[in-house]
Amino acid sequence: MLGAAIIVFREVIEAGLIVGIVMAATRGVAGRGRWVNIGIIAGVLGAAVVAMFANVISEAFQGAGQELFNASVLGAAVIMLMWHNAWMARHGREIADEMRRVGTAVSEGAKPLTALAVVVGLAVLREGSEVVLFLYGIMVSGTSVSSMLAGSALGIAAGAAFTALTYFGLLAIPNRYIFSVTSWLIALLAAGMAAQAVHFLNNAGWLVAFDRTVWDTSWLLSEGSVLGRFFHALIGYTERPTEMQLMVYAATLIAMFALMRVARPAPRPRLPAAAE
Amino acid sequence: MRTFLILVSTVAAMVLAPASLRAQDVTITIKNHRFTPSEVKVPANKRVQITVVNDDPTPEEFESHEMKVEKVIPGKSKGVVRIGPLAPGRYPFFGEFNQATAKGVVIAE
Repeated sequence: MLGAAIIVFREVIEAGLIVGIVMAATRGVAGRGRWVNIGIIAGVLGAAVVAMFANVISEAFQGAGQELFNASVLGAAVIMLMWHNAWMARHGREIADEMRRVGTAVSEGAKPLTALAVVVGLAVLREGSEVVLFLYGIMVSGTSVSSMLAGSALGIAAGAAFTALTYFGLLAIPNRYIFSVTSWLIALLAAGMAAQAVHFLNNAGWLVAFDRTVWDTSWLLSEGSVLGRFFHALIGYTERPTEMQLMVYAATLIAMFALMRVARPAPRPRLPAAAE
Repeated sequence: MRTFLILVSTVAAMVLAPASLRAQDVTITIKNHRFTPSEVKVPANKRVQITVVNDDPTPEEFESHEMKVEKVIPGKSKGVVRIGPLAPGRYPFFGEFNQATAKGVVIAE
């Protein structure tokens, strides 16, 4: 039972972390709960569909279908995260200002919500399909079904608790800093996802250049452990990164911050009050 | 922006290897949540293609941190796992959904 709980929890962590960060990043934006819920529900439905077609996906592209699918999902998520951060760079100040003034949610900003709903949906889709397959396996094998299912439920509950913990932890950050902190988190999240996409493309045999392993920190923090998984999801921790992964990681961060710099509105000249 | 796109596509064209890159092939079969063979020898410093045949009705996740592989193999199905180039040594792998029994090792030499 505990084994099942740990397996499911490890899968849920990544999606949970993303949901927590997204919720914190959209603090003060009206209607975000609905969008995040839509993302989660669409993700769960998508996960069931992906699990159902696991066979087809797996055997597509000479057996590299699953890797290519994962890489595409990650790539799409990276683009959405970039879009969100660029949007926030442009409008974050206004939202923070308005939050300070009104003290409640602002109505602006449907755009980043769709982007983030997609990110949430993709995260749930990717991790969820493995949970669905795992649960399906339990059902089919028919051994100790109830205890395994109880364990899985426990794993999902722990994942949800972890999401709440992430969210409330981030909420403790003062309003003034919250958007810069979440921007950083999202940038690191995106860089980690991009590096992971590289890994999948490498496994698919599509991107094999610069595939030398640069270092090995498995002795320090195993990627299989819950803590390793946590950092893997959060900043893209990999115990054995390749040269290409490191390059793409850095390139994503640079692209992200360049984009945010470009999107940032020019500082308004300080006009005397009478002129406004 | 356009320069950026051109740059990206050039780099992509340079590094995206054709999928037909030939590699050494090995087959591992899953039956009753066990791998056969559970010990596989592969050449070191080469890309190797492992076909994992899942004869069980249940899905399995072929996983190895050492070889950086994580792949779901649906029940009654097969999947292709590409590994390497590996330095000589032992690389354990396991089936995540049935870790108690599904264990094996790849030996690169």
